[in-house]
Amino acid sequence: MATVTVDVPERGWLERLESTRAVIALILLMWVPLNVYVMFGRSFGDFADYLLVPAVPATALLYFLTLRAFRESRIALIGATLVFFWLFMAVSAPFLPLVDPNEPIAPFTPPLTEARDHFFLLGADFKGRDMLSRAIWGCQRVLVWGVTATLVAYVIGTMFGLLAGYLAGWWDEVISFIANVFLSFPVMVLFIVILNYLGASGFNIVIAVTFASAPAIMRIVRGLTLDIKTRDYVFAAQTRGEAPLWIMLVELLPNVRGPLIVDACLRLGYTTVAITTLTFLGLGLQPPDPDWGLMIRESAKTALLWKFSYMLLVPALSVSSLILGFNLLADGLREISLKD
Amino acid sequence: MVATSAPTPVLECRDLCISYFTRAGEIPAVVDFNLKVMPGESVGIVGESGCGKSTVALAVMQYMGKNGRIVSGEILFNGRDLTAMSQEELRQLRGSQISMVYQEPMASLNPAMRIGRQLMEVPLHHEKVSEAEAHDRALDMLGRVKLPDPQRILEAFPHQISGGQQQRVVIAMALLSGPSLLLLDEPTTAHDVTVEAGIVELIGEIAREFGTSMIYISHNLGLILETCDRITVMYSGEAVEVGTVKQVFDRMRHPYTRGLFNSIPLPGADKYARPLVPIPGQLPLPHERPDGCNFGPRCDYFKEGVCDHGLIEMRPVSRETGHESRCRRFEEIDWDAAAPKRHEVEEAPLGRKVLEVQDLKKYYEIHDRSLMALLTGKEPRYVKANEKLDFDAQEAETVAIVGESGCGKSTFAKVMMGLERATAGKLLLDNQDIGQLPVQRRDKAMVGYLQMVFQNPFDTLNPSHTVGSQIARVIRKFGVERDPDKVKERVLHLLDTVKLPRDFYLRRPRQLSGGQKQRVGIARAFAGNPKVVVADEPVSALDVSVQAAVTQLLMDIQFEHRTTLVFISHDLSLVRYLADRVVVMYLGHIAEQGTTDEVFRPPYHPYTEALLSAVPIADTSVQKKHIVLEGDIPSALNPPSGCPFQTRCPRKIGKICEDEVPPVREFGAGHRIACHLTPEELTAMDPVIVLSEHADETALQPEDAAAPSGDD
Repeated sequence: MATVTVDVPERGWLERLESTRAVIALILLMWVPLNVYVMFGRSFGDFADYLLVPAVPATALLYFLTLRAFRESRIALIGATLVFFWLFMAVSAPFLPLVDPNEPIAPFTPPLTEARDHFFLLGADFKGRDMLSRAIWGCQRVLVWGVTATLVAYVIGTMFGLLAGYLAGWWDEVISFIANVFLSFPVMVLFIVILNYLGASGFNIVIAVTFASAPAIMRIVRGLTLDIKTRDYVFAAQTRGEAPLWIMLVELLPNVRGPLIVDACLRLGYTTVAITTLTFLGLGLQPPDPDWGLMIRESAKTALLWKFSYMLLVPALSVSSLILGFNLLADGLREISLKD
Repeated sequence: MVATSAPTPVLECRDLCISYFTRAGEIPAVVDFNLKVMPGESVGIVGESGCGKSTVALAVMQYMGKNGRIVSGEILFNGRDLTAMSQEELRQLRGSQISMVYQEPMASLNPAMRIGRQLMEVPLHHEKVSEAEAHDRALDMLGRVKLPDPQRILEAFPHQISGGQQQRVVIAMALLSGPSLLLLDEPTTAHDVTVEAGIVELIGEIAREFGTSMIYISHNLGLILETCDRITVMYSGEAVEVGTVKQVFDRMRHPYTRGLFNSIPLPGADKYARPLVPIPGQLPLPHERPDGCNFGPRCDYFKEGVCDHGLIEMRPVSRETGHESRCRRFEEIDWDAAAPKRHEVEEAPLGRKVLEVQDLKKYYEIHDRSLMALLTGKEPRYVKANEKLDFDAQEAETVAIVGESGCGKSTFAKVMMGLERATAGKLLLDNQDIGQLPVQRRDKAMVGYLQMVFQNPFDTLNPSHTVGSQIARVIRKFGVERDPDKVKERVLHLLDTVKLPRDFYLRRPRQLSGGQKQRVGIARAFAGNPKVVVADEPVSALDVSVQAAVTQLLMDIQFEHRTTLVFISHDLSLVRYLADRVVVMYLGHIAEQGTTDEVFRPPYHPYTEALLSAVPIADTSVQKKHIVLEGDIPSALNPPSGCPFQTRCPRKIGKICEDEVPPVREFGAGHRIACHLTPEELTAMDPVIVLSEHADETALQPEDAAAPSGDD
């Protein structure tokens, strides 16, 4: 028994690309540049656009892999297509032949008309800025802040959920009580209170969303944990004398993942709504950079005239399509998980 | 028993083929199935999971679901074809002419309705009788299924009565409309043996009293012997052998039936003299069945060119009696030859004392947190899960702890593993008291010293990690090896030991069958070179043939490593087969303990006696004393005074049993019985199980005369 080998079958490039490690690498390759670009892009100056270069092929490749993975569910395919459409727009916005979204050209130009040597596919707003350009640039901020906020809420919610569920007793009592207090506030009131107190910025939106979402996530994880901790494999780990932290992270966490992913897709939708609403209320991201909520807010008064309703419709439909994409993705994932 | 007087059978399946249609395509679940049930007859269908026995029952009820369909053949009920009936006609039949009893009673009863209401619905719906009449019938039927205090049960909700009582209510519901056919799908699998014995007795009485025809589906050959007249053995979607119970049990003519009998521990089986013979290989998946005989790849008598092509037909073994077998070679096989012996096992010499339990107690405190309790200053109550346990185990010894659910055997396992702390007493492992020591405070060597094999194969492995990594974790945790290559080598070696292919290293648990998972569970328990292994019902969730293989494996590894095995089980046949010493527990107390021979021979504790008689034995030559216990196991929160068994004991003397805890009486070295009966009375008991060598021969004679001698 000198050498022991396990036969690993030779894998093609596609299988290798579908391995967990490759997918995670691709996601990071797409997500990190986009995040840095949106959050800290200004400090990079002219160099900023180059940040997004690796993200474009990564996104395309990820979309291709997603299509392959979800080929069993039509709903999931439609959802993934909608979400990836906006993701692709977000990472490729600097390279698309678009005019500067903040440059006033021809105010009140209706869609599909030409004005001042520029063809406005979706028209121009009351300041004369290109709606198409603004809609595409605007998705960056919604996507980045929405996903970041949801992610942070999940990390915190899952952590407390595991603690409350696994350790039970006083941990559970205290954590559940605090969660119940937060859950008893109406979400919008909570947002407004937090943002008024901390001031309006992207990072504060993350904090607000965490306070609003984490308690609900904690409840889900706690429930799942209470169920899973009675399984024999958890007893097996306990009888091995494993530390509680190890049991929570290695034995429990991977097994609560299934329902959480579905819930995360739905919650991404809610967060997108929340961020858009906050910006609309003037509590979120600040002008002049394009943002869907901001676009709705700015054009709200003008668009009361039927003739200018496109100013409202373009950002509104953009938000809706993204949220629809997240929701369909959640439905599809649930459908796929039920099939096995 | 064979059709001579009654012209039309109650149920007849002719050339029935049932398939499920899934994404993977058509999956044939049942192929070419024939069955005839005469009025008043009980027919057993026996087979392992996935053999199609439940599909047959669902087809008879015409509950095939969305993707199941009867592809060909017909099901005649009193001469009418069920497959051709409309939904409305079927609705009239179901529940009135054909009734079904399912495995899980709680799933059959509506938890939000009172039992009386649910029972009354049957006559109200099917016979349109008045409310008062329906009420009277429900009450009467509850009495006839031997439920105590039927009036109270009528008023109760399903969760307020015990599992055994629930199943009796379900049977009562099935009988209320006076059906001509009763389908029972594993009706006792979810219950304890003594409860099971009561239900089986009831089913036998129903057959006599109501004259109802029955189809009894079970994986337990012993139960079929006790309840049925005829039997159909199914394997991989086909009936492989059909005949009267006596024919199939005593003169089996199909290798699979024989394999089944060889893999269950019968009273004659002994781990040294007559070890179990598991059926090699695995049940083929429905879409991967081999050409020719489905059982071919696993059969000892497989012959190339004979068994591996074409459709194998059912052929009569003896024309008159309806005994048929789906085997091409049954005439050539020498059925009287002894079962092929696996290998000789020598008796393991016992070593020094490893485990010592002294007066161990485990009480759970129950706090009443209500405001009233706070105000009145109510004392906390105790659940006495373990009361004065006292036994020991030697190196290489197998000690079985036997008892029904709620007897405290799993609590004891938890105390031993350090997940709970003992309330009082000592638990000495190599002279070190670990009863008070939670697992986190035990040193690494001690934790590795004591490992556990769990009950549920579907729960025992973490679905998110590969098999290899889960075993490797144990090896690293207990410091057996540190170097990654060496760890991997050891994992692969362990996989060899539990007879699993090495490429399972990278598999995930969901790709494994139940038996394979349990093997991984055993490999994991033995990965840290333990001295004591606690096995909590390790095979009770597995199929019969897999059970034998896993049991053998466990014993082989134990023998090789000279491990002490604490085997927790409710299955007395299995315990008799593999244990050296037996501890019988009831309600947290030890009722009896001694070597296996001593416990299975008189003198008995009355509870042991009842347990022994309740175990169904698949052997026609065994004669059993018939003892059915009344009532259910009392709650450990409110145990009876005096002797814990006094509420159900058939040998209760009187007041002394209610007032005083029984003395522990010694019979020879180590055989102890806790009972008020005098030693003379206990010694004078008759044995429960008698192997009568001649009984089967005399019983078989008429059939021998009927069947021509050139039969085999």
